[in-house]
Amino acid sequence: MAGLELRGVRKDFGSVAVLKGIDLSIADGEFIVFVGPSGCGKSTLLRVIAGLETATAGDIHIDGAEVTRTAASDRGLAMVFQSYALYPHMSVHQNMSFALENMGVPKAEIARRVERAARMLRLTDYLHRKPGALSGGQRQRVAIGRAIVRDPKIFLFDEPLSNLDAELRVATRKELAALHAEIGGTMIYVTHDQVEAMTLADRIVVLNAGRIEQIGTPLDLYNRPANLFVAGFIGSPRMNLLPADAARMPRDNFLGDAVTVGIRPEHVQPCAEADADLTVQVDLVEQLGGETFLYTTALGCPGDLKVTIRIDGQSALARGDRLPVRLRREHLHLFDSAGLACRPDPIPARSHA
Amino acid sequence: MTGGLLRLLTLRRGGRGWHWTDVASYAYLAVGVLLMFGPVLWLVLSSFKTPSALLEFPPSLLPMAQAEVRVEGYPQPLPLFTVTMEDGSVRELAQVRRIGIAAQMVDPKEPAKTIRVPVDRRTPVRHLAFAVGNYTDPLTQFDFLRYLRNSLVVTVVATLITLLINSMAAYALSVYEFRGKSVAMLGVIGTLMIPITIILAPVYLVVTKLGFVDSLWAVILPGAATPTGVFLLRQYMLTIPRDLIEAARMDKASEWRIYARIVMPLSLPALAVLAIFSVMWRWNDFLWPLAVLTKTEVHTLPIALNAFQGELQTQWHYLLAMTVVTLLPVALVFAFLQRFITSGIANTGMK
Repeated sequence: MAGLELRGVRKDFGSVAVLKGIDLSIADGEFIVFVGPSGCGKSTLLRVIAGLETATAGDIHIDGAEVTRTAASDRGLAMVFQSYALYPHMSVHQNMSFALENMGVPKAEIARRVERAARMLRLTDYLHRKPGALSGGQRQRVAIGRAIVRDPKIFLFDEPLSNLDAELRVATRKELAALHAEIGGTMIYVTHDQVEAMTLADRIVVLNAGRIEQIGTPLDLYNRPANLFVAGFIGSPRMNLLPADAARMPRDNFLGDAVTVGIRPEHVQPCAEADADLTVQVDLVEQLGGETFLYTTALGCPGDLKVTIRIDGQSALARGDRLPVRLRREHLHLFDSAGLACRPDPIPARSHA
Repeated sequence: MTGGLLRLLTLRRGGRGWHWTDVASYAYLAVGVLLMFGPVLWLVLSSFKTPSALLEFPPSLLPMAQAEVRVEGYPQPLPLFTVTMEDGSVRELAQVRRIGIAAQMVDPKEPAKTIRVPVDRRTPVRHLAFAVGNYTDPLTQFDFLRYLRNSLVVTVVATLITLLINSMAAYALSVYEFRGKSVAMLGVIGTLMIPITIILAPVYLVVTKLGFVDSLWAVILPGAATPTGVFLLRQYMLTIPRDLIEAARMDKASEWRIYARIVMPLSLPALAVLAIFSVMWRWNDFLWPLAVLTKTEVHTLPIALNAFQGELQTQWHYLLAMTVVTLLPVALVFAFLQRFITSGIANTGMK
């Protein structure tokens, strides 16, 4: 178990800069999730930490020791690959004991550790099978087992759930959370799925175009996005981002320098005509039973301003209906012309968070 | 088993009836089988013929020999003929001697009486006879076992060395990134275009300077690193998922261990192909061993077989028999290794 420290880490592939200076400090035992759109460098960052790629600049410290130039095999980290990368010619048992054999662990100890990991992951009955004879979920567990037996300083996960079907993904997500609670190791997890990020992480690192956009707890990112990118990326459906002058709100001190107003779909409320900030026309209704999403276009605004609205329960509204809505003032997010959140936050209720 | 084979051999399009395409396919396949196995079959059958049967005209496919009988009063066994007598009856008679167009013959049941028969009235009685001596004589007179051992040593040792060094080169050329990698690869492929006859003299000089002439190493070492082998293995290793090698690195495996425990087992199909090629090359190699092996005791089989082919006379019966023996090991190797060629085991276990 160990902490991790990155200082000014850069990675170029030829003339293409993939990581443009990453500073990050991860405490011992934390569950950190890297999230971001495709091509944002999150997998590259993980591979740089693993030692599978060497950083072009900057340095990496694990447990206080500098490892920037250390080979992957000597960093003492374990990685679960997106493809699982199980050795197809070895049995489950051999897959899990391979690393321990390389480390020169005595045979009895290897047997004990493999046995324990297999029990933890419900793989005891499959120890003598080859990976080809396992289901996707079982292969996934073998890949995790291969990491656990090592007792590594840090666990690295590279989109480990992306090849599982939806149901199995939810189940495995819970298992991962339980696993972290049980063994308590430092874990770094890469995903593009924000549900995984929100549910698993102690802290989320949002990456975009090779830079860290924001680091924080899941709710911190949800409630206080630092900039437009994070505001738009975290939350599903996306936060509505409106030009500040589109909302018929008094242009008073409240808005300040803000040029963009963000509001989450659940904070746009249908209201009486007189209280309305906007009138919208419904384009599409998605009934999920417990909640309803309305995809609408704001009327009387320049351009084609789309507004998403989330309503609890079910709705009788249909395509073409007009609806006056109000934006809940205490949940407005204000962004300046550079796309950064206006701070100090003008909404006192959130300032202490 | 037989039923399954019969069913396989009578499979038809759509399962019922004989469409003309079925007939055409089978005819095509039959021609193919005849073209490929006909010569081999003829070789095997001919290897059991006596020298005289080999030279007779018209040639027969099966090894036939004329029947002979011992007749009382004659010290040598006499050849047997079917004779049509002047009265039209047909009898089996043994020939005592032939004088011009007449033959003096004797009925084995009545040895005392000789009969004169015109030669065109008799036809030889023939039966299937395998001249096993073609195989057993060389084993005793000709030092077959020594040459077999030499050939085996060359083939096995050279194939092992070839597999080892070619796979190491292929590993480096497929897994690592280094300056000059493509130049190295192009160099390896470029040597494919140089035929052995061109480098025969320079390689001979190198081998002589190293003092290898008339030792089996002179045959084993020069051809151990083959561009074909390196290229074949490299192309196969490129298909092994990169993740597996990185996973092994994360698992604290040294590069040697990754090579031995991960890449080699996963390259088995390609290694099997190369092994088959190498065995065939080495076993049938003629020109190079002929150049560097001058002493009889280090001769390999193909060169030793050459001894049956004299300037004035060729001992075809021995040559054919020993050729069959020479073919067997390669056929066996192919039979055992061919299943690896088709089995791609590298792609299971991912995703």
